[in-house]
Amino acid sequence: MFNEAVIKEIDEIRVKYPDRKSALLPALYIAQREFGWLSNEAMSCVSETLNLPEAFVRGTASFYSMFRHKEVGRHLIQLCTNVSCMILGAERLIDFLNTKYGIQKNGTSEDGRFSLVEMECIGACGTAPAMLVDTDFYEDLTEENIVGILEQYK
Amino acid sequence: MEKFLLRNIDNPNSSDIKEYIKAGGYKNLSRAVGMGQDDVMEEINKSGLRGRGGAGFPTAMKWKFAKADPKFPKYLICNADEGEPGTFKDRPILEKNPHLLIEGMVISGYVLGAEFGYIYLRGEYPAARDILDAAIAQAYKDNFLGDNILGKGIKFHLSVHQGAGAYICGEETALIESIEGKKGQPRTKPPFPVNVGAWDMPTIVNNVETLSNLPLLIEIGGEAYAKIGSEECPGPKLFCVSGHVENPGVYELPMGISLKDIIYEHCGGIKDNAKLKAVIPGGISTPVLPADSIDCAMDFVAMPKAGSMLGSGAVIVMDESVCMVKVTYRALRFFEHESCGKCVPCREGTDWLRKILERIEHGKGRKGDIELLSDVAGVMYGRTFCPLGDGAAGVVLAMIKHFRNEFEEHINTKKCKY
Repeated sequence: MFNEAVIKEIDEIRVKYPDRKSALLPALYIAQREFGWLSNEAMSCVSETLNLPEAFVRGTASFYSMFRHKEVGRHLIQLCTNVSCMILGAERLIDFLNTKYGIQKNGTSEDGRFSLVEMECIGACGTAPAMLVDTDFYEDLTEENIVGILEQYK
Repeated sequence: MEKFLLRNIDNPNSSDIKEYIKAGGYKNLSRAVGMGQDDVMEEINKSGLRGRGGAGFPTAMKWKFAKADPKFPKYLICNADEGEPGTFKDRPILEKNPHLLIEGMVISGYVLGAEFGYIYLRGEYPAARDILDAAIAQAYKDNFLGDNILGKGIKFHLSVHQGAGAYICGEETALIESIEGKKGQPRTKPPFPVNVGAWDMPTIVNNVETLSNLPLLIEIGGEAYAKIGSEECPGPKLFCVSGHVENPGVYELPMGISLKDIIYEHCGGIKDNAKLKAVIPGGISTPVLPADSIDCAMDFVAMPKAGSMLGSGAVIVMDESVCMVKVTYRALRFFEHESCGKCVPCREGTDWLRKILERIEHGKGRKGDIELLSDVAGVMYGRTFCPLGDGAAGVVLAMIKHFRNEFEEHINTKKCKY
């Protein structure tokens, strides 16, 4: 079960909506923050806190690509490869990350430092190619500058 | 043209309420309240404002339907689920000018009699989340949000609801399902959200840019607003330009400006003096235009006549180095990933189209594949539950229409030469 502080945080979100079901997406984000990913335990906690059927919680959680259903590395690289990023070299960056850090697309490096997720447009098309590392935006990426950026994430 | 939507954003503290007020912010809210609900509605009607999310629906009409519904409470939702690939026009408003949006939403809530608002923000904008939360807190503190706005008894409460990476939630009924905690799958229409929306109540869903136009409209009046840009689609428009141009970025220009002028006058032309091959004018879901067809007016009425759509004003510029088969394949990977699975033509069609495009791009195309692509896309078109499937089919059909030779070359030579 969530600790009291988390339950209080979810209760505060609940009052913003006319029903408790509507607090599900925010509650899933909180569970993901607390557990690192949406394990069975994490989803059970959400189900219990909001008094919603587990099947409903899982149904919603599985629909959205930013909810994670397996463990991820310490840092999450979300690199866009949609058209604007692709035509400016995003795919080369995916290959580069594989060679340099041994991270497969949608996989995790052996040392558990980085996970890499291929994204569908993160709204940084004018400064492509672009990525999010955890919640930080990085734009105008090249094979040269991406190494320096990732060095900040241990 | 003088900037309005992007006014003041070069100020490093532009998201702070003090700076916004210093630049004249929240005056238009007082002005709107002074005018009264009916007069503001009349100004919006006169202005000819159309929704900036992609469909271009007249805002006044949508609002009249919602106002006419006797049920309360009514809800106002700002669609900030900017997910159409190529689109990054709302991001500067969300991150640099959040009070413009908040002011626009309070004005809208006042006119519509809606006391609760939500900003449905895409999960991919974590920085905007923090900025909006901080701006909302400031607006509450200064009495621009709450139970007694401006001391006039006006009630409007606002919060951010964060999406979680589903493109389909940009469709308004899917967005409403998502706010209600469900999978983001579109609803049957009718009933429309203006009558039966969030929690079954009348709900108005408008794009960030649409709502951010409200303060300007109040400031200059509907008639003056209607004189900006093109006659049938007035007002300023944000265009976000990416790909092979010298100066990509977000540009605030009058609606109806020529696509050619956006690229050559405002964005400095094609990068490194390369030769232009094609432009996707309104985000990945809009039909591609070849280089010789870009002298067209960028608005909701003129673009369909030119063979495409204005969409979100997301201009993707491609030079001669780009393989159009690969672009089509990448687009279809996107649509397959984002199809919500509710209706068969979209769920199966996007998967099938992607498979055919994948083999053509990888040198394994078969004779008859182009006809098969046209056939599958033709069957999908107009038969899917929501516009996602139409978009996917339209992209394939336009690419084959304009760049058939590239598809043929891939199949005949069994490789991609790019």
